[in-house]
Amino acid sequence: MIELRNNDTSVPLSSITPLDYTYFYELVISLLSIEAKHCVSYFAHPEKDGWLCICCIADDETEKIMVLAHKVKKTRSKTIPALSAKHPALHSYEREMHENYGIPFANHPWLKPLRFPQGAADENSTIQRYPFYSLTGEGTHEVGVGPIHAGITEPGYFRFCCNGEKVLHLESVLGFQHRGIEKLLLKKTHPLQQSVIAESIAGDTTIGHSLAYAMLAESLSDTKISARLSMERGMALEIERVAMHIADTSAMCADTAYQLGQVACEALRTITINTLQAWCGNRFGKGLIRPGGTYYTAYHETLNQIATALNDVKKRYRDISDCIFTLPGMLSRFEGVGALTHKQALQLGMVGLTARASGVRRDIRSTHAFMSYKTHAFNPNIMENGDIHARMMLRKIEVEQSIDLILSLADKLAALSILTSESTPGYQLQYQPESLAISLVEGWRGEICHMAVTNEKGEISQYKIKDPSLHNWMGLSIAMRNQQISDFPICNKSFNLSYCGHDL
Amino acid sequence: MNLLELKISSAHGVQYVKNLEKATLTPLFRGRPEIDTNISIQELQRAETICPSKAINAKMGILNLGKCVFCKECEFVTQGKIRFTNDYKIATNDPDCLLIRKEISSNIRLNENAIRKEIRSYFGRALKLRQVSSGGDNSNELELYAAGNVNFDMGRFGIEFVASPRHADGLVITGPLTKNMAGALNICYEAMPSPKLLILAGTDAISGGMFADSEAIDRSFLTKYKADLYVPGNPVHPLTFINGLLYLLGRNAME
Ligand code: SF4
Repeated sequence: MIELRNNDTSVPLSSITPLDYTYFYELVISLLSIEAKHCVSYFAHPEKDGWLCICCIADDETEKIMVLAHKVKKTRSKTIPALSAKHPALHSYEREMHENYGIPFANHPWLKPLRFPQGAADENSTIQRYPFYSLTGEGTHEVGVGPIHAGITEPGYFRFCCNGEKVLHLESVLGFQHRGIEKLLLKKTHPLQQSVIAESIAGDTTIGHSLAYAMLAESLSDTKISARLSMERGMALEIERVAMHIADTSAMCADTAYQLGQVACEALRTITINTLQAWCGNRFGKGLIRPGGTYYTAYHETLNQIATALNDVKKRYRDISDCIFTLPGMLSRFEGVGALTHKQALQLGMVGLTARASGVRRDIRSTHAFMSYKTHAFNPNIMENGDIHARMMLRKIEVEQSIDLILSLADKLAALSILTSESTPGYQLQYQPESLAISLVEGWRGEICHMAVTNEKGEISQYKIKDPSLHNWMGLSIAMRNQQISDFPICNKSFNLSYCGHDL
Repeated sequence: MNLLELKISSAHGVQYVKNLEKATLTPLFRGRPEIDTNISIQELQRAETICPSKAINAKMGILNLGKCVFCKECEFVTQGKIRFTNDYKIATNDPDCLLIRKEISSNIRLNENAIRKEIRSYFGRALKLRQVSSGGDNSNELELYAAGNVNFDMGRFGIEFVASPRHADGLVITGPLTKNMAGALNICYEAMPSPKLLILAGTDAISGGMFADSEAIDRSFLTKYKADLYVPGNPVHPLTFINGLLYLLGRNAME
């Protein structure tokens, strides 16, 4: 077992000694038995005669990331016991390995296809043939929705098994959005191409994912960046968070027919994303984050624009929130609905805002600090109830907290000499050969993890991306159990998960 | 309405952009590019080499806006001989109009002759659209939603997105068209009554963008059906989308 840190230098692959599976299994179970440790990535790396399965467990107390591995031979026909049987949080990782490579897991509680990629181990598995659970009995029925939904959104299919109005079970079929990004990143070898693709992993998380990519490229090539750049990146990440949390508040108001809240938040989101447009020419920040540098240094004018806009947003958003959280009509839709307990959140490996709403203190900004969070200590907020109310309230709190952070970063940046301009992006990166690196970013939805393995020529031979939605979709399914089917839209919005980020 | 709500309404004020045709975007906004007439072949080659989505053909001196992901890198490597203006009116019905050449630096227009006759008579006064994302990254989707929000208020022209394809006059596709969505996309299009519009929103939809040669993409739908409007962008800006539609429908943005 070796240890790494977030956005640190890469480690040689040879330092990872594969463990015997029985030992690996016991070790992972014992490590994951405490709340402060969780698995941030677990994937199969193809080798000549099989797969090196690499598992990364982050320790929130020591900021260390433990890397352990085991090998599965291609010729193996005997099953290996699934970790998910004891630790459901690992279900999607094992499903992915099973789907992509046919690695045989035994006793997996939910060994269903994950995203129907091209070249899957089972050729007969297509999205039209998803193996649903079904329910029979008096008074039970099933409701299917999707993959195309009523709004302007991404596709995904939901099937509810109901007893009357009550949802007993929700199954989400995902994969419609699959674009083959992880494979594409191996074909498109230029860092600019990779950076542009990273921006599209989930366009609503442009900053989060492009930052994770840039940090990974910098780790693999031992590139150091300036304090200014790291502050600018932190600021951009928080602007994205503010914009999306406000967008979610707006959507929530729309779904509960509170029009004033909806339109007022729409306007505030516009103001927020327009600061990104003024800064770099794109409302989502596409083009802003590149490895090694940027073309858009935030000078005084930009910083002033950002500070003025966000001061205004902060005041007005607080007023709207004060309204929302005192309206009985809204509260009755939020309180006690779609709850995920602390225990469930841990079992499912929830991350990000949804985890924090259920009392799980998980926030990469504080536990595995990166960029400006290394120098500006960050203290995440936690709610206990895990219901829609907790998730919405946490958005309100996080918006204020993020704006304060943006304002303080803008202040610090303004104090820097305008002569210290940023270096421009570096595309001539030399990656360490046969190495492994990891980068973790706390995006607005939660923990983003990018990992890469390089070959003997220093080319990326495997790229693994984890959007927070990979974990959190199952949380939505569990939160919907025993709820009214009519509450699904607002419950779904309170999670607001990514389809393309999951399907990649 | 209580006092706090009054305060919110008054701070909210008037949000809608009055003249959607005349609005100016920040100078850095990446809209219609121009190529300097005195650009050298070396500069064009540098741009072609760096371009992540193969949008530039140096020999022919062409930048294909349908493939461009608006990263602006060609502007940086040619010291501005290729440069992005903040002109957001870049939608057209004719793919040829998306080819930016060094000889001509004029606005991107619609080819009037290529507009199907029934479009203006059927949809000129009200248009209901159905959006389908097929591998879209949710930034185009958010911008299309924003086209109807308090700021851009596309609804004032009788244009809006509807829930069912049965109620729709046109389909707006976002994303590079994935294999896994191919079936559903077909069903949706066929469910719409004729005559119907087909609109491709965003570079991914127009050409596949960065995903054009991914094995998970299936663009055969577009070999069967021809688009009535191409709206470039990464993502599409709401002003680009609305103006494109208004020109297609022969409408005046000041109505
Ligand atoms: S801005 Fe467009 S044409 Fe220029 S390099 Fe980027 S993708 Fe290519």
